[in-house]
Amino acid sequence: MSMLPWLHPERVASLEAALRQRILILDGGMGTMLQGHQLDEAGFRGERFEHGHDNHHEHDHPGGCDLKGNNDLLTLTKPDIIRGVHEAYLEAGADLIETNTFNSTRISQADYHLEHLAYELNREGARLARAACDAYTAKNPAKPRFVIGVLGPTSRTASLSPDVNDPGFRNVTFEELVVNYTESANGLIDGGADIVMVETIFDTLNAKAALFALSELFRARGHRVPVMISGTITDRSGRTLSGQTAEAFYYSVKHIRPLAVGLNCALGAADLRPHIQTLANACESYVSTHPNAGLPNAFGEYDETPAQMAAVIGGFAREGLLNLVGGCCGTTPAHIKAIAEAVRQYEPRALPSEITQAA
Amino acid sequence: MNTIRHTRLSGLEPLVITPDLLFVNVGERTNVTGSAQFKKLIKEDRYEEAVEVARQQVANGAQIIDVNMDEGLIDSEAAMTRFLNLIAAEPDIARVPVMVDSSKWSVIEAGLRCLQGKGVVNSISMKEGEELFLEHARKVLEYGAAVVVMAFDEQGQADTCERKVEISSRAYKLLTEELDFPPEDIIFDPNIFAIATGIEEHNNYAVDFIEATRELKKRFPLSHVSGGVSNVSFSFRGNNTVREAIHSVFLYHAIKAGMDMGIVNAGALMIYDDVPEELRERVEDVVLNRRPDATERLLEVADQYKAKKGEAPVENLAWREKPVRERLAHALVHGIDQFVDEDTEEARQQSSRPLDVIEGPLMDGMNIVGDLFGAGKMFLPQVVKSARVMKKAVAYLLPYIEAEKLRTGDVGKNNGTIVMATVKGDVHDIGKNIVGVVLRCNNFEVIDLGVMVPAQKILDSAREHKADMIGLSGLITPSLEEMSQVAREMQRQEFEIPLLIGGATTSRAHTALKIEPHYKSPTVWVKDASRAVGVAQSLVSKDLVDNFMANIRAEYADIRERHKNRGKGKTLVPLEHARNQRFRGDWSAYVPPQPRKPGLTVFNDYDLAELRQYIDWTPFFQAWELAGRYPAILKDEIVGKQASELFADAQAMLDKIIAERWLTARAVIGFWPARGVGDDIALTAGDDGKIRILHHLRQQAEKPAERPDFCLADFIAPKDAGKQDWLGGFAVTAGIGIEEHVKRFEADHDDYSAILLKALADRLAEAFAERLHERVRREFWGYQPNETLDNDALIDEQYRGIRPAPGYPACPDHTEKTALFELLDATANTGIELTEGFAMYPAAAVSGWYFSHPDSQYFVVGRMTREQIDDYAKRKGWTREEAERWLASHLDYDPE
Repeated sequence: MSMLPWLHPERVASLEAALRQRILILDGGMGTMLQGHQLDEAGFRGERFEHGHDNHHEHDHPGGCDLKGNNDLLTLTKPDIIRGVHEAYLEAGADLIETNTFNSTRISQADYHLEHLAYELNREGARLARAACDAYTAKNPAKPRFVIGVLGPTSRTASLSPDVNDPGFRNVTFEELVVNYTESANGLIDGGADIVMVETIFDTLNAKAALFALSELFRARGHRVPVMISGTITDRSGRTLSGQTAEAFYYSVKHIRPLAVGLNCALGAADLRPHIQTLANACESYVSTHPNAGLPNAFGEYDETPAQMAAVIGGFAREGLLNLVGGCCGTTPAHIKAIAEAVRQYEPRALPSEITQAA
Repeated sequence: MNTIRHTRLSGLEPLVITPDLLFVNVGERTNVTGSAQFKKLIKEDRYEEAVEVARQQVANGAQIIDVNMDEGLIDSEAAMTRFLNLIAAEPDIARVPVMVDSSKWSVIEAGLRCLQGKGVVNSISMKEGEELFLEHARKVLEYGAAVVVMAFDEQGQADTCERKVEISSRAYKLLTEELDFPPEDIIFDPNIFAIATGIEEHNNYAVDFIEATRELKKRFPLSHVSGGVSNVSFSFRGNNTVREAIHSVFLYHAIKAGMDMGIVNAGALMIYDDVPEELRERVEDVVLNRRPDATERLLEVADQYKAKKGEAPVENLAWREKPVRERLAHALVHGIDQFVDEDTEEARQQSSRPLDVIEGPLMDGMNIVGDLFGAGKMFLPQVVKSARVMKKAVAYLLPYIEAEKLRTGDVGKNNGTIVMATVKGDVHDIGKNIVGVVLRCNNFEVIDLGVMVPAQKILDSAREHKADMIGLSGLITPSLEEMSQVAREMQRQEFEIPLLIGGATTSRAHTALKIEPHYKSPTVWVKDASRAVGVAQSLVSKDLVDNFMANIRAEYADIRERHKNRGKGKTLVPLEHARNQRFRGDWSAYVPPQPRKPGLTVFNDYDLAELRQYIDWTPFFQAWELAGRYPAILKDEIVGKQASELFADAQAMLDKIIAERWLTARAVIGFWPARGVGDDIALTAGDDGKIRILHHLRQQAEKPAERPDFCLADFIAPKDAGKQDWLGGFAVTAGIGIEEHVKRFEADHDDYSAILLKALADRLAEAFAERLHERVRREFWGYQPNETLDNDALIDEQYRGIRPAPGYPACPDHTEKTALFELLDATANTGIELTEGFAMYPAAAVSGWYFSHPDSQYFVVGRMTREQIDDYAKRKGWTREEAERWLASHLDYDPE
């Protein structure tokens, strides 16, 4: 797999050149930005889904389904809003834009009886981000922008039992996840994603299924794109939901030879620090992080300010822990702008091989 | 950084196969082909009990567990899936990686689909040709596992050394060249076959394996060699003593040849030296094929060693006849805890002090264990058992040691407190526990945090217990880096207590090169438990510590000196370049503000009620590990209740602090005529008009031309600007009088109030610094007389001018506090003292410089080249080593 050619060698070269030069900036949260638009059910449905199901598709269930909250569907029904969010982040200085495809898998869309949309959501999600990035790259070719095609965790876990009385039970299999991820990733690549990122990994086995799917998909397509991986330390225990330490997590996913490995979501930047340090010590690849804007308050809102978050992340950068950084839940373009400013003066983390060469 | 290509496996926790591990035990009992008991459990669907077998394997020291369900009457795919899913839910099993063992690919695949960690496939081979072999290997890579490659090709299983090497080498070439398979993830199994079968062709099988191992490790040093060890003794089924003797002798030689992994019964390994001599010689003849009649000669004696049903082998208890010292050593080496209490008691009666038993026979026994382990004659599971015996012996002695302390009247005279821990990622705690016991016996209070302790927990505990020192222990190589990390964190978090380093792989050189440079306060390598007391006593003794540390520091500096000649750091620009890119104030158009009140102003008893309004509460909650911003934190879903209670307690205590005048806030500020001289600032202070030089450091980051490489001196007008500029300084404390109240709380065992008080004093000191800076801008310097900012705006630093503190990012040299304190006569004027490490006492204190330039800003000096360090040392009148030590965390190079 590692021997397959790149789909877009020139984009990979420009991405790698940028990574060697500086700390690259990822975008921030999508959900927070969408909340501002206060879309109602009709807003989510648009014309195509006005009856709560897809007019373009024969449906086998009676009636319609509430679609409010299906943020990924907005890629089809409100593309201007999604593009607007992408542009706000590009304007704030993001080098990389994540597609609006966190839940664009068959398993997750099944909650809305829209599983048939998985491929389309991914392809269109990537196209939207592609168009936004290309427009900004054209404006300033010295700062090329890249599209990260996002593969989310799905709502199920392959190595945890949902039934406390039967620890051996599973509600999703590795094979089902592989099928899901293959379809979604295919859409992302067809839509023009530069990178595919498996992110918000609660259960490493889900991620391994995604990586397996990617390897097989690359082989079938005859080319590959760089892969990023981002796990989630769920609480102060310092482990993933499925029980792994950050180091064990990295060893479980390094076989795909990722471009970058990192951590996102669940915790704010300050609490992620020791785990980012662990990755920075162990990783042969680049290290990324996109934390939440602190921990949620009583209302489920995140209230770490751009300045606060940037101060903590500036510290990471100062200590040479980072290659890519952005934000997750609760972050806004203001956060990304502050983070970009805070890390600008620092060198990116050197890859271990570079250090060896330098020594 | 970790760049070495070690095999890196994982369950819930990582397993990095470094040479220190010597030999990785793969537990064999969860294998239906090797264990009749396990087969029965699976066939009868008794999975809960089957899971217990796995648990025992891990408890007995298996570092990986082999799972095999190859049995005709079992649905192997389903059994593999079910079993792996079940053990995934057991953290004490799932922490180790799994070896998925099957001769059927479909079963292997079923297993791989259940592993979130990085496991091992056992095995694939070229039995059915290269194409299928590569197809399977590629899948293994995609599933994220390491692989055992059996020496098996289209012609059959390799039995001679030559064929084993040839097939394995061909497989290696295919894997690495066709698939780019990582060499460290390849594990050869060159086939262990039964010897002493009576068939002449079999006689050399063990030698063939051993020699093939030697050649393979030579050719492919990154890869590993493994095998199913119990095969070798198959012909002695029913005679476990002889079988174990064969395993032991075989492993001894195979490991020496490079075998570094094996499927074994982790609980039942015999020690090589322990095999009775006659038996060992004959076994060795068989294993090494040393004489044609070797098999017959082994058979001759084999029956003598066969344990009869219900009867323990005779020689087993012979060791009980020996003197007590030797009995204890035997018990430790063999992990027998059956007689430990009576033997320990006997040894105690023979000793003048109970402590002598530990320092004498028990330590001697553990030294033997250490030697055998190092020589590859003992394995980890056995060492774990030895430790258990040691712990029991120590536990038996502790009451006597306590009684002895009472008798000698040592009670209450605590020599000091040490927080000890085996660092994150390491589980070896024998040495640490011994050191703990020895220190306790010498009247140190030992806070033992156990094993795998993260840095922050160690530091938090040290703070919590007001430790006088921290002791770190570890046995494995990665622990060395972790210790260095802890040292860095101690520095970052401004610890000043001594750091003790111990454990098998630590060394004086490593401590000098990789740990001490990261921590400015005393860092001492402790060779073994016997040295621990001497070191600890020297460190807590006011009379001894200076001399002791001077010697250690000189010794370590010497070691570092000898390790120099290393490449230079990169990425930074030369000092000259950075200076050319300095911040340039537009001095011609600038009028520096003149202070309204030059010289010193002292505040003897500042109104705490006024300061109260300036408190920034967010860090207060952080100090209590409650995450969130004030005031939102009070309504936080998770910590809101606790935060609100804490806040209420804090307000109540603040009322008392103010009403009953528990604390006195004192401060001094001053302003002096100043000019920038390169990276220094020249001041005129005092009546004599003497010039005083303050030293600053400059950023050396490579930046675009429009972004300056800052140095604080840039914010002061240089002489040639022809303008009279000024610099200010301040020192504030809110901690005067705190000791009395802290003691009062502690005497009352009220740690909560004691901590609360300290946290509040810290907050008041910070509030004082904020308030005074505001008044400086409005009144004393007076360059912003009309400034009106609320507390949030102050916290966000939305004002003109900065107040950087020596030791912090913009001026990282802590020693500059000396100059600041002298200028302010701070100790006399405020009662704040500087410690040797340039920390302030009382702790609730803040000091720093005032800069008024409208473009002055906070920045981080960051890393610096040796060129700047040398330049700085020259300016400070230091040696390079002094400069490197004080600025250790800012060096862009390895000072070794």
